[in-house]
Amino acid sequence: MHRATSTGQRLYFRVAKNVGCMLLSFRTTMRLLTHNMLTSHVKGVTNGYPLKLQAENIKVMSVDFNPEFVARMIPKLEWQALVQAAESIGHLGDLPRELVPEYESNEEFLKMAHHVLMEVEVIEGNLECPETGRKFPIKNGIPNMLLNEDEV
Amino acid sequence: MTMGETFPTPDLSHLTAEDYEHVYEPAEDTFLLMDALEKDADFLRSIAPSFCLEVGCGSGAVITFLGSILGSRPHYLCTDLNPRAAQCAAMTGKQNNVYVQPVLTDLASALLPRLQNKVDVMIFNPPYVVTPTEEVGSRGIEASWAGGVKGREVMDRFFPLVPKLLSEKGAFYLVTIEQNDVEEIGSKMRTFGFTMDKIMSRKAGPEKLTILRFCPCKRTM
Repeated sequence: MHRATSTGQRLYFRVAKNVGCMLLSFRTTMRLLTHNMLTSHVKGVTNGYPLKLQAENIKVMSVDFNPEFVARMIPKLEWQALVQAAESIGHLGDLPRELVPEYESNEEFLKMAHHVLMEVEVIEGNLECPETGRKFPIKNGIPNMLLNEDEV
Repeated sequence: MTMGETFPTPDLSHLTAEDYEHVYEPAEDTFLLMDALEKDADFLRSIAPSFCLEVGCGSGAVITFLGSILGSRPHYLCTDLNPRAAQCAAMTGKQNNVYVQPVLTDLASALLPRLQNKVDVMIFNPPYVVTPTEEVGSRGIEASWAGGVKGREVMDRFFPLVPKLLSEKGAFYLVTIEQNDVEEIGSKMRTFGFTMDKIMSRKAGPEKLTILRFCPCKRTM
């Protein structure tokens, strides 16, 4: 049951090291579900949420639809923040601005929510703190929320 | 007891020698953590997680491995201070068909308060090596091991966040070595409302590694 205590696994890594330079073939992305969970904590900010989303490069992917997962996720979301983010990048589509009653059994609604949450992906852009205007860059789908020393 | 299901170590062939100059290369501690998660596979599936979070993800091998246990439903978030690590983690997910979302932030800072009590599976392989305090807090590869006094400085900063992040059905996995004083960690976490279990131990060179699992006290295992 040991997962490679040493030599075998290490050897595997050494070989792998020669492959190199595959970085460019990987384009990674940020889903709007992630945006929904991020807050700016720049020093002195009392309301760093939701971050304004500006996207320079968007990709629409196809992700398997799982109605049960989407239904469980919805109560954990800030719906208005999701609507705002989707709208700001022109991908709101027909998604209702307000949560519909009994959405758990509304497959059409869950599909639209799934699309906006999981399939609209940002590659490059910015997340702007609503209070200070501080921009947090998104590069290759990775939001950089790190603060400078004078911002902590 | 029946033999548990086994899961493959993630394919890391996309990572290069240059990556490992900046990002912690998976080693015995990483593999022990994977073995512990594998041992707990049935339990982890019984949680039916929505959000999984790895703090200090490095190469992303562990969060990706968790993804191979739990499948594509949960949202896999991970954090690191090191941009190169975050990039490697996203790629490791992609290489293994797990959607992994890295966020560059200190511990879980940018994910609070929104992720409050929403994390169902949380993982931290902290910088646990005993070092002088001055070595703690860089944003490079040193941050992956330098733990300061007792190797505890970074994990001690994280412990108060555990009750904020973990859901009531959640579980938190932590890598430790003997010098970290596991019993003291246990009593500290008890004051935050968690029970501690030692899931797996292994001696790797000079390190005696133990994987700890914390669950909210009110949860019955």
